[in-house]
Amino acid sequence: MAKYMLIMRGTDESVAKMMETPFEEMLETVGRFNEELIRAGVLVAAEGLDDPSQGVVVSFDGEAPVVTDGPYGETKELFGGFYLIDVASKEEAVEWAKRLPAFPGSKCEVRRVPGIEEFPQDNEWIVKERAWRERTGQL
Amino acid sequence: MSPAATDGPPGAEAARRAVEAVWRIESARIIGALARYTGDFALAEDVAQEALAQALVSWERDGTPASPVGWLLATARRRAIDAFRRASALDERYAALAGPLAEGQFSTGGSGAPQQPDDLPWDPDRVDDDVLALMFTACHPVLSPEARVALTLRVVGGLSSEEIARAFLVPVPTVQARITRAKKTIAAAHVPFELPPPQERHARLGAVLSVLYVIFTEGSTATAGEDLLRPDLAHEAVRLARTLAALLPAEPEVHGQLALFELTAARFPARTGADGQAVLLEDQDRRRWDRSAIRRGLAALGRAASSGRALGRGLGPYGLQASIAACHAVAPSVTETDWERIVLLYEALGRLAPSPVVELNRAVAVAMDQGPQPALALVDDLAVSGKLSGSHLLPGVRGELLARLGRTTEARAELELAARLCRNARERAVLLRKAAALDADG
Repeated sequence: MAKYMLIMRGTDESVAKMMETPFEEMLETVGRFNEELIRAGVLVAAEGLDDPSQGVVVSFDGEAPVVTDGPYGETKELFGGFYLIDVASKEEAVEWAKRLPAFPGSKCEVRRVPGIEEFPQDNEWIVKERAWRERTGQL
Repeated sequence: MSPAATDGPPGAEAARRAVEAVWRIESARIIGALARYTGDFALAEDVAQEALAQALVSWERDGTPASPVGWLLATARRRAIDAFRRASALDERYAALAGPLAEGQFSTGGSGAPQQPDDLPWDPDRVDDDVLALMFTACHPVLSPEARVALTLRVVGGLSSEEIARAFLVPVPTVQARITRAKKTIAAAHVPFELPPPQERHARLGAVLSVLYVIFTEGSTATAGEDLLRPDLAHEAVRLARTLAALLPAEPEVHGQLALFELTAARFPARTGADGQAVLLEDQDRRRWDRSAIRRGLAALGRAASSGRALGRGLGPYGLQASIAACHAVAPSVTETDWERIVLLYEALGRLAPSPVVELNRAVAVAMDQGPQPALALVDDLAVSGKLSGSHLLPGVRGELLARLGRTTEARAELELAARLCRNARERAVLLRKAAALDADG
């Protein structure tokens, strides 16, 4: 078994469509999909992000970081949220990704999440991170 | 190119993996729905397997269909109708199949458009009951224990006969024969495809839990062979236990079992060394334990306790075993483990579900809590009873206790006996290492 992150990326177009969809309907569609993941015993974690226009972007182009509103008004892919699932194979992760309730114009990246046990266990920073994970019961 | 791309025929291997992935996710719902429609569990499994075989051929040739599930279900349904035609069984069941389930009514709305319940290939209000009924059928008491395990992994878990055979180190034809025989037995005994009636439910749930437990235990300590662990098999048991917990949220023991599995599986990363040798609990690097699994296990244990309280019950056998696993999971080291509590939990477990293995484990906990002498007395009583004769477990523990008491010669003989009886190569190596270490000391 391995953990995969399904990274959902929308565009302004798909975000706009989402905003037009009645909230109740969205809840039901997404809820139904989430329930499938739970029933299949593969869901580990999931979060979705707020309206991108409420966010800010910190850019590192010049001498000092520059803060602008956004991201919005671009047709680039916008990170919208993620699922973390525990499945037997990459193909299974892809199969779940294909079932995402997604609007046209959006994409989903399927990426494996390496476990902390894959890192050198004697590295002081890995030791510190382990201690934090232990204290907080993090993934 | 992704293996599941639809824009051209992918390679045979990629197609096979894509089909397997869909199958693992869907097999229970597909077979469950078919079993309910046809009223014939064996037929449902047959036609589902035929559809799977067909998919392996067609998807490689034509690419994966837009709705893999709809395709599998429609194909299986066609096969079922053909089978009914061949049997000239033009009865109500055939009418039911040919009527409302006419082709084209199956689509999963996989385009991402919001789905209406009637777009689904099965009735969402019934699918949970179908999957549950499938679990109860696959674990039915009319079947032999081996058959229950094979059938559960195949119809509920979506594993192939080859995968099951690999997991249990038995020949593929053996697994196929077990499954064929199991289906015939279910048909011969007229086992209805339904949820057990309330008065049978508790006992029947126990049978399902036992099967999942066998699958998990085989994955977490392989009874034979070269590998200590078969994590894929253990994880499949975890996945099935999660499904069962989602379907039966009011059942305390379902959560107790899930907690036990999560907490035990959390130790997997630390249980084998770099070269695959077994690492004992006291030597394990606890930093390698999977903290997220521990967190999930403790949460499930909390649900086991609260759902038990709601029914006016304490923890059951699985909940107690999970509590013991939790004592280990939260302890920073062997010496800092709450052994006294573990002894009490084993005593409670011994009263609810008496077994010689529980007695032996209690003796180990007593040794940690009070020292080797009182523990040896318990182990000797067990040895006299002859309940564990032929198993390597008892001489393994006895040798360990004798060594701690400085009775080296006897200890070595016991450990060597244990090694001779042990069928797992990795465990055997540990026992021989211990015996050899005594030579160095004594």
